[in-house]
Amino acid sequence: MSAQIVTYAGFIVAGWLFLTGLYGIITSRHLVHLCLSMTVVQASTYVLLAVIGYRPGLPAPIFVNMPAGSPAVDPVIQALMLTDIVVEATVIALLLAITVRIHRRTSTADPNEVDIMRG
Amino acid sequence: MAPLPVVIPLMVAAVLAAVGHSFHRRVLDSIALATSAGVTAVCGLLAVESTHHVIVYWFGNWQPSAHAHFPVGICFMIDPIGAGLAALTSFLVLAAFTFSWSYFESVKAIYHILMLVFLGAMCGLCLSGDLFNLFVWFELMTAAGVALCGYKSEEGQSLQGALNFAVLNTAGALLSLGGVALVYAYTGSLNMCEVGQTLARHHSSTGFLCVSFLFIISGFLVKAAVFPFHFWLADAHAVAPTPVCVLFSGVMVELGVYAVARIYWVVFSGAAAPSTSAIRTVFLIVGALTTIVGALYCFGQRHLKRLLAFSTISHVGVMVLGLAILQPEGLAGSAIYLIGHGLVKASLFIGAGILLHRFGSVDEFDLLGRCREVLPIGLLMALGAAGLAGLPPFATFLGEKTIEEAARHVHQPWIVAIIVFAEILTSGAVLRFTMRVFGGWGKARELTLHGAPHIDTKPETTGQHSHVPLFMWGPMLVLLLAACLVALPWAARSGIRQEIQRFETPGIYMDAVLLGKTAAAPAAKPAVAMLGFSWEQVIVLIGMIGLALGALASGSAKYRFGSSVARLLLRAQAALRRLQSGRVGDYVAWFTIGIAVYGALLVFLR
Repeated sequence: MSAQIVTYAGFIVAGWLFLTGLYGIITSRHLVHLCLSMTVVQASTYVLLAVIGYRPGLPAPIFVNMPAGSPAVDPVIQALMLTDIVVEATVIALLLAITVRIHRRTSTADPNEVDIMRG
Repeated sequence: MAPLPVVIPLMVAAVLAAVGHSFHRRVLDSIALATSAGVTAVCGLLAVESTHHVIVYWFGNWQPSAHAHFPVGICFMIDPIGAGLAALTSFLVLAAFTFSWSYFESVKAIYHILMLVFLGAMCGLCLSGDLFNLFVWFELMTAAGVALCGYKSEEGQSLQGALNFAVLNTAGALLSLGGVALVYAYTGSLNMCEVGQTLARHHSSTGFLCVSFLFIISGFLVKAAVFPFHFWLADAHAVAPTPVCVLFSGVMVELGVYAVARIYWVVFSGAAAPSTSAIRTVFLIVGALTTIVGALYCFGQRHLKRLLAFSTISHVGVMVLGLAILQPEGLAGSAIYLIGHGLVKASLFIGAGILLHRFGSVDEFDLLGRCREVLPIGLLMALGAAGLAGLPPFATFLGEKTIEEAARHVHQPWIVAIIVFAEILTSGAVLRFTMRVFGGWGKARELTLHGAPHIDTKPETTGQHSHVPLFMWGPMLVLLLAACLVALPWAARSGIRQEIQRFETPGIYMDAVLLGKTAAAPAAKPAVAMLGFSWEQVIVLIGMIGLALGALASGSAKYRFGSSVARLLLRAQAALRRLQSGRVGDYVAWFTIGIAVYGALLVFLR
């Protein structure tokens, strides 16, 4: 029962984080805020993955002090999460680099003021 | 040999990143050229080899064993469609590197490195047989693409384009990852074949299937720039350096369509068989909207790169329409169309690069009549317009006819009308541009371009240039010739149909990946009808020339008819232009609305 509650709560939190992050991006008035909103969206995928890999009461899949093959939480998910974090860190680094460039170029960081192209 | 299309470019990029900064420009160029030529050859060989059977390559030799009944390893699943696309990708990279030989004086090693990483990521996407890896390649593609798009980082609009590109694509990719996670939670696997088999075996609820399907493809729909996720594309393409545009429009966007098709057929087609008609309806709506909206935007542009970018959106819509028929014939048409369009569009973008190099602008009114001295380039561009119009002997003609034939076969003849409409508008726009800048016609400011954005694009080469170097017009000509030649052997059509039949038979992939069995491709059914030059082509030809001339004449009061058509177009464009606000927040809002609407449609129609 408790495992199910954790799972459902996790799904709800993930969905909530995703939508909150998108809302942040949509209404953002500062590029750094926009990047941080993007990290909130990214966090939703971490939560989702963590919940999916979760097994009640089981340890992390590090088989140093326990025999190989003993039950643990899903190691595949942990690999996915690590990869996901690396990939998303790259994207955020790029976004921040663009932010710095835009600020240097236009001396503003408001995405609504850098809209040179329209139509 | 299977992993080489990914390993070679990534390794060379890594080596260049370590030691490339001390290399002379020409050394870097030569290494990049040799690498992309090598990858083209490897992909071509793989495509030929995989016609016999699907090639499966397990990284680290982690094959599914008798003990563990599901595959833990990550595999490449190579068939002629995927390998052929990888070959097209590397061929276009080769063309882009050839073009940049005499371009871009200030180029540094970072350009070659990013292009090679971009190439490796695109090849990985073509060959991957693993859902999570699809996401990783997608993100690597986005990262390299964004960096290339913002390469001219001293220009404000370059940065704006790169920002919009990065934010939209990442949002889509994250939703895709969410979908992959949901599917993993349900099936316990990431291997496409295994997931497809499990989903089909367990009779999963159609609601779950629809939601996870939409989530997984959402990132690829953003990449494919379908309506209303298309906004980033025009901003990114208009500002990226020309060789990068060649890749963006020529193949990157189309890879989104490929990934959607791959995911649908291998993973979902078995389980979602009861909701086929809902999926078809949604894809038809997406395709039709994208085609029409892209064409309307396209005709209202005066900036050549932006014009071509919107035309890409429209043509992607045509490919989605072919896919939406959900039958081998339609998808075969899309595949041929994809190849033909990629080559023609790459050639036209190189034409834009030549104008930028020679005259320092790609704006229709800035260039008015100035390009007369390089008339041969204008001739090639007019030929490119014919390619976009789907006229013979271009491969787009063959693809378009195959899609239309399939559309009639499933009693959706309105698809033909939409394709004809889009082709008239997009090719008419290119022809109008060509006539105005090379012929100096239509000096009066025309109505259709009232309110078209004027984007100041700085030349990418310095100094005055009195001639167009061979390394620039050469690739343009070769790409156009290739667009004709791939369609020349008419037998190629039955070959592609046969491959598509295999592409749409997930069982073949499952046997190959999960059981290691190899089966020959099924024999292609005979073509439904012979293809010939028919009334659609005549309409498109007349429409394209008529529209171009009408647009050029619409400034003077003498031609009433032209100006009334122009006014109608103008009204539609003005409405659409307001949507293309250039603000990333608006684009993400459209993304959210689009996903919600398409999701609701899919769930209600299932």
